[in-house]
Amino acid sequence: MNVLVYLIPISLILGGVGLGAFYWALKGQQFDDPQGDSHRILNDDYDDHPKP
Amino acid sequence: MDLAGAKDDQAGRILLSLPTIHCGGCISAVERALHADPGVHSARVNLTLKRASVEADGAITAQHLVQVLSQAGYEAHELDPGVLSSTRTEQQGKALLMRLAVAGFAMMNVMLLSVAVWSGAAEATRDMFHWISAAIALPAVAFSAQPFFVNGWSALRVGRLNMDVPISLAILLASGMSVFETMQSGEHAYFDAALSLTFFLLAGRYLDHRTRSVARSAAEELAALEVPRALTVDGATVDVANLKVGDLVRVLPGGRVPVDGVITEGSSEIDRSLLTGESMPVVVSPSAVLSAGEVNLTGPLVVRVTAAGKDSSLHRMADLVAVAETARNRYTSLADKAAQIYAPSVHILALLAFIGWFWGTGDLRLSMNIAVAVLIITCPCALGLAVPAVATAASGRLFRAGMLIKNATALERLAEVDTVVFDKTGTLTRGNPELDDIAGYSARDMGVALALAQGSAHPLAIALAGAAQAAGYSPADVGDITEVPGFGLEGIWQGRTVRLGRAGWLGASVAGVTATYLKIGADPVITFRFNDALRDGAEGAVRALVKQGKDVILLSGDAPAAVANIAERVGITVWDADMLPADKAARIAVLAKAGRKVMMVGDGLNDTAALAAAHVSISPASALEAARVVSDIVLLGASLEPIAEAVLVAKSATRRIKENFAIAALYNMVAIPVALAGLATPLAAALAMSGSSISVSLNALRLTRR
Repeated sequence: MNVLVYLIPISLILGGVGLGAFYWALKGQQFDDPQGDSHRILNDDYDDHPKP
Repeated sequence: MDLAGAKDDQAGRILLSLPTIHCGGCISAVERALHADPGVHSARVNLTLKRASVEADGAITAQHLVQVLSQAGYEAHELDPGVLSSTRTEQQGKALLMRLAVAGFAMMNVMLLSVAVWSGAAEATRDMFHWISAAIALPAVAFSAQPFFVNGWSALRVGRLNMDVPISLAILLASGMSVFETMQSGEHAYFDAALSLTFFLLAGRYLDHRTRSVARSAAEELAALEVPRALTVDGATVDVANLKVGDLVRVLPGGRVPVDGVITEGSSEIDRSLLTGESMPVVVSPSAVLSAGEVNLTGPLVVRVTAAGKDSSLHRMADLVAVAETARNRYTSLADKAAQIYAPSVHILALLAFIGWFWGTGDLRLSMNIAVAVLIITCPCALGLAVPAVATAASGRLFRAGMLIKNATALERLAEVDTVVFDKTGTLTRGNPELDDIAGYSARDMGVALALAQGSAHPLAIALAGAAQAAGYSPADVGDITEVPGFGLEGIWQGRTVRLGRAGWLGASVAGVTATYLKIGADPVITFRFNDALRDGAEGAVRALVKQGKDVILLSGDAPAAVANIAERVGITVWDADMLPADKAARIAVLAKAGRKVMMVGDGLNDTAALAAAHVSISPASALEAARVVSDIVLLGASLEPIAEAVLVAKSATRRIKENFAIAALYNMVAIPVALAGLATPLAAALAMSGSSISVSLNALRLTRR
């Protein structure tokens, strides 16, 4: 059972990383236009040249 | 960023509302059209909010971009960024999302630890897992469940019970009891239950918030649509907000009167249809009184301001909104009804369980445990999701159909409607006339009429010119065209005087219907007859509503002949003409007294009282701001067609809400006896809670499909 001493902190840290990533995405305005973004990914306007 | 820089950004930033965009192709097309304009630095479309924000040179005006987009085939309106206060609600939404994420994170971790306990961890291991759970759960609950605590406390303070009181109590008791049990190295800890409760309820709250914030921001957009500007006498453009009483403003033909005022110079014809419902223009001359919102048609006017900007329109609106709100606040929503029965019964049940077990066994700790289990198991997890999940699904579907639900209980009220009252001008009709029987006129007459009419802003002239052009006529070579305000147009064609205008001016007899008259030299007068053009989908909407078994009534402030004509064309048998605004409201009050649930569809200032009096009200986006403010639902597109569908969606939404309550009640009926018997374990609580929440959400999601 000693393995728990490592495993529990590791699982908590991994979860915390997920939470941090979510916070970063929220700050980065990635949830501002969910509908638009879901369409944009299929848009091939800038496939061959970068967005001006 | 420094302040000056921020200010400069603002000057070059233009917000446009794009009510018709709906797909990925629209995003590219709009952005490409905007980028193609040399003055535009960058443009980005937000599809969720149906809005585009553009960074452009200072010289680029919003009107120019609106034109660019209408050439690309998209309807666009300028938005006033100052009126859009959506940043605050956005922040609220983000805070709620963050709480949801923290609750979800903590729930998953604690749940993992709990699985170990449920599958048989014992003694020291169990205690350690409980302590770790506590270390995760307590801060998470303290952070995430704040909205419930705040709401519950504010209800308790004024001596009321709402849904948040049992929620807060369950969360607090579950956490407190679990800490106590952990200290006693007891068997059952409810940390996972406290967290999943918080998580599911926050999910409901977040859905609720998102539905309402989309509606709110779109409603704010509509308010921002009319960016009010006025032209001063010396030709400068100013904000209406900066005008003072006594200032002189110029109103050009075709322009909307920006203020309340009195005419000091010029005469013209005024279109009052938005305010009074009259479909025909009124002749005005100096010292006539104008109200903001009327449209000047033929001659330039100078107007002395009697009430500027906020005073005039806001003052009228404030009264109307107050009336509307007192009427609406009396409606009790299904969720409130459920909470009124539910909240007290849960508390009484938990208390009875505690007293019963304590009386039976004398074991305080055991009785307390069972009372907490009852509270957790009966906690309105599914109830908290039942209404928001359905409302989100239904409003999302209606938003895609072009309807904006502004009021939280509008869907429930819409489902009860059995009588529909329409306004005529601007609602069933587009508010602009259409030429009758175009084949009945000779090419010579049409050519001359087109040449005269094409320079005028009078609605009949616009309709005549539009019809002539559409039929392929080309304008005759008419010279010296002058517009005589209040009378008509005059010109010289092949050496003869030609006139297009009022019957009296040409010495003709007046036809019984809306008409304009053409006289070429000494030839007999030609009469162009018009009828009101129907709004898109007007017939379809009326037909569908009649088919659903609703009584459809037409009430208008216009003349009987015009109203009868429209009623016949859309298929309404019950109609009334010459109605004053108060008459309309009174008629609706009479219907309401007779037990009818009336839906009012109207657009003008003359409809606002009626809109406020009705059980539920709808106005088109082209309506006056006052009318849109008192309406529960705003039609974003030009068509009336979605109204019939909205009633059906509202009906199925209400049915889903009731089903959801039934599902939640069913789970409770199974779980409560188990909890009362003292057999509920944390595992059973977790299963019941997740099971009911998921089935309720899935049931709501069925609404998004047809």
